[in-house]
Amino acid sequence: MDIFGIFGFGEGGWGLALLAGALMTLLVSACGLLIGAVIGSLVAWARLSGHRLAGAAGEAYAALFRGLPELLVVYFVYFGSSTLLTTVAGLVGYDGFVGVPSFVAGALAVGVISGSYQAEVFRAAFLAIAKGELEAAVSVGMDRWLLFRRIIAPQVLRFALPGLGNLWQVALKDSSLISVTGLTELMRVSQVGAASTHQPFAFYLGGLVLYLAMTLVTTRLFDLAEARATRGMRRIAG
Amino acid sequence: MPAPTTALAVKDMRKRFGALEVLKGISLTANDGDVISILGSSGSGKSTFLRCINLLETPDAGEVTVAGELIKMRRRADGTAEPAERRQVDRIRSELGMVFQNFNLWSHLTVLENLIEAPVHVQKRPRAECVDEAKALLAKVGIADKWSYYPAHLSGGQQQRAAIARALAMRPKVMLFDEPTSALDPELVGEVLRVMRALADEGRTMLVVTHEMGFARDVSTRVMFLHQGLVEAEGEPDALFSGATSERFRQFISKERG
Amino acid sequence: MDGAFVGTTFWRLMAALPLTLEVWFLSVVLGGLIAAGVVWMRVGGSKPLEILARAYVALFRGTPLLIQLFIVYYGLASLPAVRHSLFWPILREPFNCGVLALGLCTAGYQAEIFRGALLAVPHGAVEAARACGMSRLLLFRRIVFPIALRAGLPAYSTEMISMVKATALVSLITLWDVMSVALKIRNDTLVTYLPLILAGAIYFTVNYILGAAFLSLERRLSPHLRPRPS
Ligand SMILES: Nc1ncnc2c1ncn2[C@@H]1O[C@H](COP(=O)(O)OP(=O)(O)O)[C@@H](O)[C@H]1O
Ligand SMILES: [Mg+2]
Repeated sequence: MDIFGIFGFGEGGWGLALLAGALMTLLVSACGLLIGAVIGSLVAWARLSGHRLAGAAGEAYAALFRGLPELLVVYFVYFGSSTLLTTVAGLVGYDGFVGVPSFVAGALAVGVISGSYQAEVFRAAFLAIAKGELEAAVSVGMDRWLLFRRIIAPQVLRFALPGLGNLWQVALKDSSLISVTGLTELMRVSQVGAASTHQPFAFYLGGLVLYLAMTLVTTRLFDLAEARATRGMRRIAG
Repeated sequence: MPAPTTALAVKDMRKRFGALEVLKGISLTANDGDVISILGSSGSGKSTFLRCINLLETPDAGEVTVAGELIKMRRRADGTAEPAERRQVDRIRSELGMVFQNFNLWSHLTVLENLIEAPVHVQKRPRAECVDEAKALLAKVGIADKWSYYPAHLSGGQQQRAAIARALAMRPKVMLFDEPTSALDPELVGEVLRVMRALADEGRTMLVVTHEMGFARDVSTRVMFLHQGLVEAEGEPDALFSGATSERFRQFISKERG
Repeated sequence: MDGAFVGTTFWRLMAALPLTLEVWFLSVVLGGLIAAGVVWMRVGGSKPLEILARAYVALFRGTPLLIQLFIVYYGLASLPAVRHSLFWPILREPFNCGVLALGLCTAGYQAEIFRGALLAVPHGAVEAARACGMSRLLLFRRIVFPIALRAGLPAYSTEMISMVKATALVSLITLWDVMSVALKIRNDTLVTYLPLILAGAIYFTVNYILGAAFLSLERRLSPHLRPRPS
């Protein structure tokens, strides 16, 4: 079959499968980024809290996951979460293996890694807020929740956007490692296609092009979001 | 009285940036011991003139002669000028000590290392000799105790004095100053001007672009006033500052004072 | 699970560490050389070369290393043109493919680090050096390089650590590095966590030492960033 046939959408064509894989890649990366945002803000909060133990724990978390190979984290989360779940299931009376879906394990792994980096992005973003603005907010009588919602959160998001854009790219690329757990994202589809058509060069190249397209397009989206966020801030600032 | 020897001669220098003709033919002769103040409003081409002398900018036309040696230029195929010999330019640059508005000390080197960098590596003089001389120069500009400091750890005035010492360390025939006090807080200007005055008293040949009217008037042997790329007025400071040679110059000094 | 098992597992993993470090070292050096070329193209002044350099960086930073590795190892090997070429004796070895793919990838990142470091050299410092009569080579050696080195070191350190982590991918092209030995032990013994935890400890320690070494180098090279002596 020629190249057009292979990548086409007709019978025996892999076009649809590759696109579905790309979609899965976007989905699992986005979930990973979200999980990472939750973990990252918790860790950042722990480090900023002034609480010594929480701060040390947050720091240890960030240092640990920045020091481990991403592939090892993917394996660890995948194998580990299934074993954990099986054990828990055993405790409640179910005996037998309980596997965690590879999507969940994959998103979790990407999120755990991303979180260790997002923590630093959020922390730096918080520290970038001028102290005077916080004092001004307190002095006009804002309570803590209002202060967080109206002053801190929007500014942290604005300052964090460039960093988050980078980490989105990282998550997108890290998600390819989830292919080792069998999740049919883009990398996995490329592998399967390569094996079943004996055209590895064409398939990996095709996958590469799709990855590149995804990074380029989403980076552009992040740039636009950044421009909007800063414009919004200026408008609010007057 | 022996005839004065010419330290620096510039003949009919021209320079344009695109459509903007910045220097429209400027000539200058500095004899040994001359202190020439170059005045002019912002954008009149003072920095460009100074930078064309040591070829930090390449002049489009004109001749520069340093201590009798003409800097050789040639034309490229497209008609633009370029130095004919890089080595000659490098050598002549080491005979012209340049002091910048923003000091431009090398941040990764200590003050002493800044001073001996060019003498050791460009002029290839013995290191020990350079160190001794550098320490003497630092004493002269009043920062002998700061030799082991990094530039970031000095005040602006101290940095500029170190930069002057760095230029002196190459034993230059002519010193070029481009607004050496303009980046300084007012209270730090005096210490730098004092050093420059001492150099003038020593008989150093200096070209000084400045907005310090007191310095131009009291220290320099000659004043040159640039306006839109041409020499608008030139002469001994007393004659120029008191006389009515140029309406523009009068306006300029009254504005600078105001 | 007993102490003896922990011991043998640990030493089996440690026996694979040299290969991991070898892949790391060779790919980082190869990547540095390629990066120097890419930066030269990027800032050299020629527009076509600049576009080529930008494309290189975008390609290798914008796609996963895993797929780059597979293109080199599985993809190139499947092409008859490659199999019959001069390079086949090199490309048939998974070790070489691993080093090549990792090197090509890190070159994209290192090129951006080098470029950023060059941009961090203040124009005034260069100008002062030219005014002192320094030749181009001397100026690069004595002023530009030392300042750029100091500016680029933190980012470079991060990239070096990233590359240690990236070597784990060569376990997917049949090389026996720390990662793949850990997976093999796990497969053979069905002990879930221990081999991975020990492997993680080894990687973490290597990275910790690497990070500390770079930090001490940074400190040694940057006394001018320390507080003023009293
Ligand atoms: N490298 C350059 N490229 C383009 N224009 C320049 C450059 N350097 C100086 N100019 C222009 O030349 C004019 C003279 O500049 P300059 O010599 O710096 O003036 P001065 O030092 O008297 O303030 C200004 O209009 C300036 O904008
Ligand atoms: Mg100027």
